[in-house]
Amino acid sequence: MSALVVDNIRFSYKQQDALKGVSLTVERGTFVALLGANGAGKTTLFSIITGLYRAHGGSVSVMGHSLEKQSLKALAAMGVVFQKSTLDMDLTVGQNLRYAADLQGMTRKDSRQQLDAAIELHSMQDYISRKVGALSGGQRRRVELARALLHQPVLLLLDEPTVGLDLGSRQDFVNHVKSMCQTQQTGVLWATHLMDEVDHQDNLYLLAKGNIIANGNTKTLLEEHNQTDVASLFNHLNVNDTAGISKSTSS
Amino acid sequence: MKIAHALRCLRGVAVREALRFIGQRGRFISALVRPLVWLFIFAAGFRSVLGISIIPPYETYILYEEYITPGLLGMILLFNGMQSSLSMVYDREMGSMSVLLTTPLPRWYLLLCKLLAGVFVAVLQTYVFLAIAWFWDIRPPLHGYLMVLPALFCAGLMLGALGLLLSSLIKQLENFAGVMNFVIFPMFFASSALYPLWKMQESSLPLYWLCTLNPFSHAVELVRFALYGKFNWLALLIVAVCTIVFLGAAAIGYDPSRGFLSNKTRGRTA
Repeated sequence: MSALVVDNIRFSYKQQDALKGVSLTVERGTFVALLGANGAGKTTLFSIITGLYRAHGGSVSVMGHSLEKQSLKALAAMGVVFQKSTLDMDLTVGQNLRYAADLQGMTRKDSRQQLDAAIELHSMQDYISRKVGALSGGQRRRVELARALLHQPVLLLLDEPTVGLDLGSRQDFVNHVKSMCQTQQTGVLWATHLMDEVDHQDNLYLLAKGNIIANGNTKTLLEEHNQTDVASLFNHLNVNDTAGISKSTSS
Repeated sequence: MKIAHALRCLRGVAVREALRFIGQRGRFISALVRPLVWLFIFAAGFRSVLGISIIPPYETYILYEEYITPGLLGMILLFNGMQSSLSMVYDREMGSMSVLLTTPLPRWYLLLCKLLAGVFVAVLQTYVFLAIAWFWDIRPPLHGYLMVLPALFCAGLMLGALGLLLSSLIKQLENFAGVMNFVIFPMFFASSALYPLWKMQESSLPLYWLCTLNPFSHAVELVRFALYGKFNWLALLIVAVCTIVFLGAAAIGYDPSRGFLSNKTRGRTA
């Protein structure tokens, strides 16, 4: 069963179409990159998958649970790292994580165990008792990731999670998520506009003007289109297709 | 919805509100200073000007300070309700509201958790105020301290629900100043918090009716009667009905398809 199935999602702001029938799939234990320029519709898509916006058409299901009909089960199966930091700056890291554990309905015993594991896994020992407002951007992102994974979701959604981080922290964060994706068998949907965050072995969806213009294994896509890197592939597809709706699929 | 999950969520939201409140010392102090200034200065100054005749629930002549104490308890609840509303708008702008709204529990329940947590913090403040007022010789009967608890809770729920409703209507933090001018001050001054309504009736009949129709007047009267060990059923009924109406309207406000926030520019927010 797929961790996430997005089928023909449509959404518009006023008269402007933001998503024109987007479909994608994320399997458990796979890392899927959703690459698109600013304004391509990535955050809108995330808002729909997380139930913050209601789509004007199409459907979303998480582990087979329809977001429309079984929203609570669907939401329980996902962890989210939003583009904007959503931590409470006035609280400590530990207090933020305990708050998240309570929202997910975890027992005190479970939350303590998961919290200890998260501190170890995300190397947060040095700042667990510090207020979030006093942390660096990279540390905050780690805390957000730890929070999203606290209830051990099968699907992890990250919307431009490395925005504002320096190059070293960015690479560190990407590697951290990828290793967790494999060890915990979590399906990861990683939205970004930074092309260097996509590796050749990643599954890739290219989003432009509200359409998926290509999807498949990155390496295969590069070979198919005779491109050497993701940036040139994106430009090649986006420029060649003036309407922005060509579907170049490889899977 | 599992009961255990729902209760843990409520605990989490309440603890977070309490921690934030304790952490923001300025907010804690100002929440207490505001009614204390009214009690220590305003009431002392007006003691000789405003004579209070024997009116229920009082059985004898009372000092003005004693009269306005329930009104000041209402003031704490009113300001807290609006503070919760401000905090909801702030959370929405900062993004932390997204975390709450993506919790796997029904949205109406999540809003109720926010409301209950806010009321819990507000009621704590009212008791701190009552403790300080005791040293100022405001000493209701001892059983009144117990009986006023449910009344404070009901009044707090109504004012918190009003705050929730306002937070669904206010799109930006900057618009919040309007709430002070158009909601808090008119509600507080056009009520029985500072003067008995019969005095208002002598001055202006339309104003008297306005004060009578003001739900805050009934919240204050509910608290006033309870503080002296009595029930005011009419006030309780009006407060209960207003709570249901405000909460229902707030639930509509946060509904993804019908909500006041789901304007055309933002798309439909859930």
